[in-house]
Amino acid sequence: MSRNSLVFGFGLAVALLAGWVAFPRALYSKRPQPVEFLHKTHAEKSGITDCAQCHAFRDDGEFAGLPANDTCAGCHSDHIGTTATEATLVDHYIKSGQETPWLVYSRQPANVWFSHAIHVRRAGLACADCHGSYGDSDQVRVYEVNRISGYSRDIWGHSMSRLDRAAGDGMKMSDCEDCHRRRGIEVGCLGCHQ
Amino acid sequence: MSARYGMVIDLDRCTGCGACMLACAAENNVPSLPQASARTGLTPMLVRKISNGGEGSERREAFIPILCMHCEHETPCVHVCPQQAVEVDKATGIVMQMPQRCLGCRYCMTACPYHARYFNWWDPAWPKGMEKSLNPGVAVRMRGVVEKCNLCHARLHAAKEKAAAAGKREIDPADYIPACVEACPTAAIHFGNLADPRDPVSQQSHSPDAFRLLEHLDTQPKVYYKSKEPWVRALSEPNSGPSMEAKHV
Repeated sequence: MSRNSLVFGFGLAVALLAGWVAFPRALYSKRPQPVEFLHKTHAEKSGITDCAQCHAFRDDGEFAGLPANDTCAGCHSDHIGTTATEATLVDHYIKSGQETPWLVYSRQPANVWFSHAIHVRRAGLACADCHGSYGDSDQVRVYEVNRISGYSRDIWGHSMSRLDRAAGDGMKMSDCEDCHRRRGIEVGCLGCHQ
Repeated sequence: MSARYGMVIDLDRCTGCGACMLACAAENNVPSLPQASARTGLTPMLVRKISNGGEGSERREAFIPILCMHCEHETPCVHVCPQQAVEVDKATGIVMQMPQRCLGCRYCMTACPYHARYFNWWDPAWPKGMEKSLNPGVAVRMRGVVEKCNLCHARLHAAKEKAAAAGKREIDPADYIPACVEACPTAAIHFGNLADPRDPVSQQSHSPDAFRLLEHLDTQPKVYYKSKEPWVRALSEPNSGPSMEAKHV
């Protein structure tokens, strides 16, 4: 191997590392969730198996998203365990009447209109089809926010190249379009934008 | 079935109160900027005063709300947009403006024969505390983009969602009524599906008193006006219509 191709190879490696490793790390800042919530613990210990038990629809069809503290207080009105997380949830949020400021991984930009009712009730999609298998998570995920746009990393997805995306990774407009195209569903711009 | 949403505005009932303008601004998060003038402000719904040009007892005046006419054919704004930021929705006939795609060239404003498009000259701002009353169903437009009436698309979204939650495919027409229609105290603005022959609005659009602005351009607006006064109906004729002026509310 000539010296030139070594230099080229080294330069390429440095550039790729900078692009695929260093840049994403610099682009996203990490923020901790206010409470270390584990879906798996809730599924196993309290027998909650249906997402809708906490993530419910309102009467007008709007999706309520993350549950309010009232829902948590159904069980956590007082300390259930002895963990520090439990103390934070009960003392800091539920008893003080202050809503837990959850960081929402799948929060879309303000100009996106998405109806859970249409996708879940009418089209019959499962939660995991877009959100991934949250229910199995046994550790709280780090919330990463794009320093430039302020959007959650889940919108772009965790694969920077987006070539080896897992199902449910990435919630960009092109991801919505892919699924719509496969199903032959056509909507205009304002079908999904507001 | 694809709908063709449109309006019939009864000019004999319009008192020029401007409630439609306020309702539109509140619904669509239109900022009221102190530096904006009648020419530079954002008024997706604008009530203008018209007169027959006469003097004394001969003079007649009326008010006419101007909004996007949702042209069905040869839609001028769609043709000139270099960004494809405007499109006529196949399912509803609504001319949809995508501010996020707009580059702010304002060709569409020049092309629109109805002057129903507005440019965001400034960053949107509200008096302190008022941002809490913004409509969460409508994204605030940024500085440097064009906007216009989308026939209160957020309300169509809400109606679609309600229908889906109830397991229905078609929306209930009672769930989708634009803010200006709802706010009009004299019920001068009627909204409905022009493609449905049983819809009262569709029937009114065929009334002999009904007319459209600049009909000779063949843009086929889906906003109809109605008046029993021949001088008001003359608005549909090229260059012979009554004089029009902007009214400040």
